[in-house]
Amino acid sequence: MTTAVVAGKTPDKAAEKAPGAAGAMAGRRILLLVAIWAALATAPVWLPLLGGYTALAGRVLVFGLAAMGLNMLLGFTGVLSFGHAAYFGLGAYGAGLTLRYLVHSTPLAMLAGTLLGGLAGTLFGLLIVRRRGVYFAMCTIAFGQLWYYLAYSWNSFTGGFDGLRDFHRAPIGWGALRLDIESNDTTFYFFLLAVFAAAVALMGFLLRSPFGRTLVAIRENERRSRFLGIPVEQHIWLSFSISCFFTALAGTLYALLNNFADPLALHYSLSGYFVVMTVIGGMRTFWGPLLGAAVFVVLQDYISSMTVNWMSFIGVIFILVVLFFPRGLLGTRRYAAK
Amino acid sequence: MAQVILFNVTNGLIIGAFYVLMALGLSLILNLSNVINFAHGNFLALGGYLAYTLSPALGYWGALLVSPVLTALIGLLVERLMVRRIYNRDPVYSLLLTFGLAFVMQDVARYIWGPNGLPLGLPDLLAQPITPDLFFITWYRVFMVTIVIVSVLGLFAFLRYTRIGLRIRAGTFDLETVATLGINVRNLRTFNFAVGCMLAGLSGVLAAGQIGLNPNMGDDLLMPSFIAIIVGGVGSLIGTLFGGLLIGMAAALTTVVYPSASEAVIYAILMAVLLLRPRGLVGEEGMMS
Repeated sequence: MTTAVVAGKTPDKAAEKAPGAAGAMAGRRILLLVAIWAALATAPVWLPLLGGYTALAGRVLVFGLAAMGLNMLLGFTGVLSFGHAAYFGLGAYGAGLTLRYLVHSTPLAMLAGTLLGGLAGTLFGLLIVRRRGVYFAMCTIAFGQLWYYLAYSWNSFTGGFDGLRDFHRAPIGWGALRLDIESNDTTFYFFLLAVFAAAVALMGFLLRSPFGRTLVAIRENERRSRFLGIPVEQHIWLSFSISCFFTALAGTLYALLNNFADPLALHYSLSGYFVVMTVIGGMRTFWGPLLGAAVFVVLQDYISSMTVNWMSFIGVIFILVVLFFPRGLLGTRRYAAK
Repeated sequence: MAQVILFNVTNGLIIGAFYVLMALGLSLILNLSNVINFAHGNFLALGGYLAYTLSPALGYWGALLVSPVLTALIGLLVERLMVRRIYNRDPVYSLLLTFGLAFVMQDVARYIWGPNGLPLGLPDLLAQPITPDLFFITWYRVFMVTIVIVSVLGLFAFLRYTRIGLRIRAGTFDLETVATLGINVRNLRTFNFAVGCMLAGLSGVLAAGQIGLNPNMGDDLLMPSFIAIIVGGVGSLIGTLFGGLLIGMAAALTTVVYPSASEAVIYAILMAVLLLRPRGLVGEEGMMS
């Protein structure tokens, strides 16, 4: 806890004492940004060369966005949700059901899915906003499973255990501006990247705003924030809701990516994956969850192609990360930079 | 109709009894160590499988006694080697750790005992129905409920009348003071974790006789146990007891009226409790925040 606090404050302290160090810090941050966006923008080119495929990069973006959405709550507000798969899956089902039963329109499907997941989170957040720590986590897990059972047992509407099929993402735009995201995987990847970039920009803006700073203040010392007159419950509720909206948006992209939504997208195992992605990358860093998602998705893809016992490998990864690598990739980098 | 209702009431009692045993173990660990044990369902499966392996040598009764103890020993090892390292860290790590552990234990059970269901043989005496009229009430069901009642009473007596039990309860209330009074809190937590796993192992043996064994047999019991704890009130073992019985009965009685809603009614109870009485039915104010 204390070390992480120190790590979080490092840039400011460095800025006060040594302008040169602050410059180096800013330079490193710009370098990281350039590297991330360059890698993402050219993924369809270099990924096949390394034996990957474009859909894999799409999956990294989708899970990365979901984990970054979770991290807004987990890393920046210090509140532990272990049920974010519910909002991810609701987003996926919302988009899928819209495409299948209502309109053949990608943007409307995304809107519907995001609203469904986000509003469910907003309402549920009201119930649990006063809980803390493991009790908050336990409530989020239990509530998340409700949607899993619903999707699982409402066979006629959701396709039950086999998942929701028979829908396809629709091309977007009109006339000359029409983008064929339906059959062209590369075009769809860039569509995903554009949505991801817009969402991440909004998230960055929120976290740098006074609102975002207040969330960090609550994380660092809830009691002191309360004494300062910050409405803590209201902020945690807002943070939970916004984070659910981002994760639901990621869920809609997941449905579009696979043209498929299954109950496992709602299961608490996926919530665990989101949390471990965030921790692998670095809980208290902005880009950590994306990096963690990349590591996790690639590992999972590789291990599940090698062995049927991939579950124990994933489990061992969980345990090793917790015991030996709790600060995560970017966390150690920032820590070392001190 | 009376038979149908009676059938479902006994079902509810038995399911509730499983929830209670499972949730009491979870609750013990949660209260003293602040750890949600995701692997609890896997300790349950482990107890059942150990009984399956031991019963040819020890017989059913021997296995019933020995395998919960073995499960407790394995739980003790797990706590010593892994869980205790994360007590002083952010709760996210304990969740991830036990979550990963659940995956590993499930795969290990699949590897050792195979992915398919296995039966656990019962003594002939227990397999008989009580009377021909009430064919669905076997002696085994009576026996299960009796064992659960005895072990719950035993647990509460242990927590009330023994020195270690009192320390566990005191630690739930204020661990720092207990440590200041010179009690070895580390060992206390280890022991407590083992007791929790023993309850899981015992319910595993009992469940194996009723529904058979498979590697993820504990999964279906885990979520209702969480809900039983929240509904009863976190921090209160009596609450967990009532919570487990309540949701077991509610699910079974809903089955009479509308079978596909039996899962939903558990969640409805959860929502109602969170909305109307956030501390849980028996919970104390402030325990959950």
